[in-house]
Amino acid sequence: MTGSMDLPAKGGFDFDLCRRNNMLEKNGLKLPGFLKTGTTIVGLVFQDGVVLGADTRATEGPIVADKNCEKIHFMAPNIYCCGAGTAADTEAVTDMVSSQLQLHRYATGRESRVITALTLLKSHLFRYQGHVSAALVLGGVDCTGPHLHTVYPHGSTDTLPFATMGSGSLAAMSVFESRFKEGLTREEGIELVSDAIRAGIFNDLGSGSNVDVCVITKGKTEYLRNHQLPNPRTYASSKGFSFTKGQTEVLSTKIIPLKQKVEVAEGGDAMEE
Amino acid sequence: MSVSPRPPPPRSPGFLPRPGSRIPYGFAPCPSQIFEYNGSAVVAMVGKNCFAIASDRRLGVQLQTIATDFQRVFKIHDKLYIGLSGLATDAQTLYQRLVFRHKLYQLREERDMKPETFASLVSALLYEKRFGPYFCQPVIAGLGDDDVPFICTMDFIGAKELAKDFVVSGTASESLYGACESMYKPNMEPDELFETISQALSSSVDRDCLSGWGGYVLIVTPTEVREHVIKTRMD
Repeated sequence: MTGSMDLPAKGGFDFDLCRRNNMLEKNGLKLPGFLKTGTTIVGLVFQDGVVLGADTRATEGPIVADKNCEKIHFMAPNIYCCGAGTAADTEAVTDMVSSQLQLHRYATGRESRVITALTLLKSHLFRYQGHVSAALVLGGVDCTGPHLHTVYPHGSTDTLPFATMGSGSLAAMSVFESRFKEGLTREEGIELVSDAIRAGIFNDLGSGSNVDVCVITKGKTEYLRNHQLPNPRTYASSKGFSFTKGQTEVLSTKIIPLKQKVEVAEGGDAMEE
Repeated sequence: MSVSPRPPPPRSPGFLPRPGSRIPYGFAPCPSQIFEYNGSAVVAMVGKNCFAIASDRRLGVQLQTIATDFQRVFKIHDKLYIGLSGLATDAQTLYQRLVFRHKLYQLREERDMKPETFASLVSALLYEKRFGPYFCQPVIAGLGDDDVPFICTMDFIGAKELAKDFVVSGTASESLYGACESMYKPNMEPDELFETISQALSSSVDRDCLSGWGGYVLIVTPTEVREHVIKTRMD
């Protein structure tokens, strides 16, 4: 038996419970579903930089787990990444690469490049042979210009002027293919991205709720969280439920007052030697 | 010639029915859904400068009830609680590991962990086991800086889901989503919050065979903690 002390993790994945879980699987266990972001994520390059867009629905099977989650993740001040696939994987992999980029910025003293983030992501995902299920749209502007890439769960990448990923990618791509052109202005870019996301929201069951947009240009990034809210909650009555006090049958109650933690102030007279 | 019956499903080791005990007809003795092995329901809601976290009290082994006073909501420190639904053994192990990590943190930092930090810790612990996971879904509720309530839930591999209103998990989660969605109002005072969360929990576990048998509700405000045991249908 390995030591029972819980040493701080050395990093990376821990496979301690795999034997037990394999035994359970042999006895008929079906592994439950993860939180997926059945998603529509898009990106396009316009004349001054990159616009990224995403919907905000997180699903757990057929149930909507989160009506307003954030799918556009921070990588660097000039690089953002949209994630589709297993939510835990997209969050973990973007957080990890974001930390690595920060350390690299400290070491080099320079602004991060999009291609650096791309290489870190693709090598991590390839190492895990697609088991880390993260499909990403990575976009940013660095000293070499605006860049937009897609990263697939097995580690392959594409460099494109416009890209869509996720379950709603076909709906969004139809909007892009008909209306995209080189050299769009900022307003046209945001409009096109919002329309593509809305196509995904209304036509794909795995995407829904609101539109998030992120505009990255040289020296400036604007994260327009909930840029459009095409699905407001209009049916709830303003009165709501009102339960009278004592309606619930209580068997026992215990009230514990919380002690206020007393702060001991430093200072006062110095002690005599 | 009659059609031969389907062979019985394979038995898991250690499950030996005692002579005379009745196994429900057609129910496989091996766990087909690991989250439905023990049954659970946990919900947390945000109120005005307070939060409420509630769980059911049943511990079962598939369809048999073993205990009606099982604790699913655990205290980390005075203003931070975690509810763990899913496989009960993993819930207890995970709780013990988390308390250990929090005690170390308290010794090093000489203060309690903030709820956001604790949520990141739980998420990291769960994601570490990405390919051999703990089968629990935590619900974290706490009062942060300036006593602003914080709630979040995660799936069993650590995908954080922050919410401003309510979070649910467990076998009764689908009913809980519906009940909370209609009963929740923002900025409720502690008394009203207690009534709302209790009604949401009771009505949801009524529609779930695997959870119920009483409810345990905790209301935490900046000055006091109120624990209530509420009565639900005992079936």
